[in-house]
Amino acid sequence: MGEFRMPSLGADMEAGTLVEWLKQPGDAVARGDVVAVVETQKGAIEIEAFESGTFARALIEPGTTVPVGTPLAIIDAGAGGDAAPAPAPEPVGAATRAGAAPPSEPPAIPSPSVATPVPAGRVRASPAARRLAETRGVDLATLRGSGPGGAVISTDLAGTAETVAPPARPAAGFDLAEMRKAIAAAMARSKREIPHYYLETRLDLAAAADWLSATNAARPPAERLLLAALLHKAVALALRKFPAFNGFYEDGKFRPGAAIHLGSAIAIRGGGLMAPAIHDADTLSLDAMMACLRDLVARVRAGRIRGSEMMDPTITVTNLGERGADAVFGVIYPPQVAIVGFGRPAPQLWPAPHGIETRLTVSATLAGDHRVSDGIAGARLLDEIGRLLQEPDKL
Amino acid sequence: MTASDIRAVLAEEFRRIAPEIAFDDVAPDDDLRDAFDIDSMDFLNLVIALHQRLGIDIPESDYARLGTLRALADYLEAAEAA
Repeated sequence: MGEFRMPSLGADMEAGTLVEWLKQPGDAVARGDVVAVVETQKGAIEIEAFESGTFARALIEPGTTVPVGTPLAIIDAGAGGDAAPAPAPEPVGAATRAGAAPPSEPPAIPSPSVATPVPAGRVRASPAARRLAETRGVDLATLRGSGPGGAVISTDLAGTAETVAPPARPAAGFDLAEMRKAIAAAMARSKREIPHYYLETRLDLAAAADWLSATNAARPPAERLLLAALLHKAVALALRKFPAFNGFYEDGKFRPGAAIHLGSAIAIRGGGLMAPAIHDADTLSLDAMMACLRDLVARVRAGRIRGSEMMDPTITVTNLGERGADAVFGVIYPPQVAIVGFGRPAPQLWPAPHGIETRLTVSATLAGDHRVSDGIAGARLLDEIGRLLQEPDKL
Repeated sequence: MTASDIRAVLAEEFRRIAPEIAFDDVAPDDDLRDAFDIDSMDFLNLVIALHQRLGIDIPESDYARLGTLRALADYLEAAEAA
């Protein structure tokens, strides 16, 4: 028997509010499945299971706010656990929507004798269908489910029109004032506890930019790469050689990260930002890195980030891009120990073998934690990032 | 596709990318990256959407010329006519 607890999604989080259960008693849960949606200062976060088993019972109701660490549900390890009154096995094709469907509606298939209990008022539906219904303003109870056990699945919403009404919402589930408080708490703690040191160097981007232009010229728009993908990959690869910048400082000592999970700072329209993880970033191809970045940006702005993405980053990268300033000196997100920043790429005079040339360059900065590393190692990390960018085809 | 059709497509796509900005408030010669507060990822998403909807593949080498709504609309009209 395992307890599924309110996770800590960052150094600054003290409590969270359960928004929704995505599993019901009796449901099988695989490690990594999204079990619940929790509202935090950073918006709605999808919380995954850390172990496989069977969802036995919920301990708190949606709408309840509880401190970090509070048990939310019981998940029995392995299939067919012994705890909790296990609901009857799901009869295939049964009218499982009985609790919510109009009683006059006859089931499509003759109902077996066992009725599966469904919590009153709740329609069985896949998370994707639930989301789609929410964005389209459709009441799930009005739909006929064609999924397992009569659950409503995405395709059941095929006929429902997208309501034009609320333009996306400035930020799904975001309370920007709350997010600002969360950022303030984390950054204040960082500046109070972490003895930062700062480094800046300019990197030659000519090779990377030329390679990118040539690569993208041969690709349709949907397959094009952005410079950000190359920068993230170069940082991830460089960290393999410099593990002192990848990990956490906790309980008075440094714990190196078991893998390289790059937190990528993503701005939210209207203000605020998040830096969710790109997992195992050093192992991704540039195309995979680009797909991850695109997916993360879309999900951050839609308010659909997963708990593991909030908890896992072992370092943060902040990339100002084309409309940014020349350079950014980041504030380390505790308990991380470093943040790498890229400014706006700009042409500069550059010493080359046959004289001075104008080349595209970018400022690369590092804020490091002096409890863990020194400037000289940080300088070598930045140099390694620059060196890797000279051979973009090997990234 | 007429000039007003193209404008309608642009209005729709910019609304998708920058829902909080009123498309009609942006003047034809405003810097569109500033006016809609878009970054390179947003611009790439716009180029992808225009490719899908209009069949016009804007090469990356032309991005720099497309700094305003007027330039973008003229470019798309010319590409349609070609």
